[in-house]
Amino acid sequence: MNASLLLLADSRLPAGGHAHSGGLEPAVAAGAVTDVDELADFLRGRLATAGLVAAALAAAACAALADRTEGGPGWAGLDREADARTPSPAQRRASRAQGRSLLRVARAAWPHSSLDALGSAAPDGPHHPLVLGAAAASAGGGPADAAAIAAYGAVTGPASAAVRLLGLDPLAVNRALAALAPRVDAVAAEAAGCARGPWSGLPAPSAPLLDLHAENHLRSDLRLFES
Amino acid sequence: MTSGDAAASGPRRADGSEGGRRGYRARAAVTAEAGPAGVTRITRLRSDGPLALRETAEAVYLVGAAAGPLGGDVLELDVEVGAGARLAVRSAATSLALPGGGPDGDGSRLAVRAAVGPGGRLDFAPEPVVAAAGCRHRATAAVALADGAALRWREELVLGRHGERPGRHASRLDVTYGGVPLLRHELALDERGVYGGPAVLGTARAVGSLLLVGPGLAREARTGDGLSVLPLAGPGVLVTAVADDSAELRRRLVRGEMMTGPDKAHESTAAVR
Repeated sequence: MNASLLLLADSRLPAGGHAHSGGLEPAVAAGAVTDVDELADFLRGRLATAGLVAAALAAAACAALADRTEGGPGWAGLDREADARTPSPAQRRASRAQGRSLLRVARAAWPHSSLDALGSAAPDGPHHPLVLGAAAASAGGGPADAAAIAAYGAVTGPASAAVRLLGLDPLAVNRALAALAPRVDAVAAEAAGCARGPWSGLPAPSAPLLDLHAENHLRSDLRLFES
Repeated sequence: MTSGDAAASGPRRADGSEGGRRGYRARAAVTAEAGPAGVTRITRLRSDGPLALRETAEAVYLVGAAAGPLGGDVLELDVEVGAGARLAVRSAATSLALPGGGPDGDGSRLAVRAAVGPGGRLDFAPEPVVAAAGCRHRATAAVALADGAALRWREELVLGRHGERPGRHASRLDVTYGGVPLLRHELALDERGVYGGPAVLGTARAVGSLLLVGPGLAREARTGDGLSVLPLAGPGVLVTAVADDSAELRRRLVRGEMMTGPDKAHESTAAVR
């Protein structure tokens, strides 16, 4: 992975990712995650569901941009595929909000006409994985890189949120992440493997409790994170 | 002993092999069309092997003509609802996904394909599937709705019989509306450390969903105990629920369905925990 891609994967990227917990805050509020072991269970489930969906969409977006023919990829079509895999309105909003922020960063750092087209295709903000995939392509990466960054972000975001929310030992949380690394690689490989297949067939694993937590979060009075 | 000839009637072995149970390959179909007076007629009803269909006054019933699905079974059901027609599909009883086909036998598979024309309505709500210990079942459904079509689609899955852990079960529902993807929704019971965690199903023993497509649905998300009512980006609402058993699951889905009507908005807001 080149340094541009490392920058894209970095949590210090000024794209507002730190404001989102990936559903961890409402899971903590519901008492479903209280310690490092339960955090690891949460991350494993999130990675296999929302993480795989995001990685597959990012890989597909990256491949579409890399292989683009005249007129560029049909972003609206892939954006609708993301909608169809995100039944929770709260999660669709969170994904578009993060997509909007990342698009701003990407257009400033790695200008590309396809990034502009992506912005026009979804005025409310394109889904985050699409922007991530397009940004990875603009920064010189391929679908496997885009998938890896998406899968990695699917677990590191909630893990850092857990340190803040539960006051967990950062060393223990990092050890849990390290133990998850082979699974992150496997999800990224699976996602990259379908990047050039038909978009309709991209993986679509659901997570009923993530959806429930996401909607409950919006009704919560006290929130540290936006999602 | 031939395989793959779906047009003939009666059970056949899926792999054409001799000896031992290797599973059924069956393809059943039902077509509903609007008659001249606007009354729906069932114009095709084909049972095949374990997929037996019976027409009653209120619905077409899937009647289990054999235990299963068992490992090695490959079952297909085609449902067609013409423009302006209405069809309800039910099942007579819970179906039990069982292992079979030898120690390393094939998994079982059920594929439903449905198409609903403009102004047509399909109400597909069979009884739950129980993923028995050791099963390897894959259920897929592809539903193509024309512009102006309506749908009610329910799926319920119970994780094993009483006191047992479920086998492997994978399901995928793909629904398009006017050619645009509306919902793509998979659920895999594969690795307990994944689906049994606090992000997916937690300690629930039953999970289900109800997809409603059509006019007059609420556009506000709602939640309850183990229940989410999720307006989709397209013209539909997905109700999902998790519960400790199938009876509680059904109660939650019924409650979620009541929350999808805009006239029930006040009542359901009060019910949100």
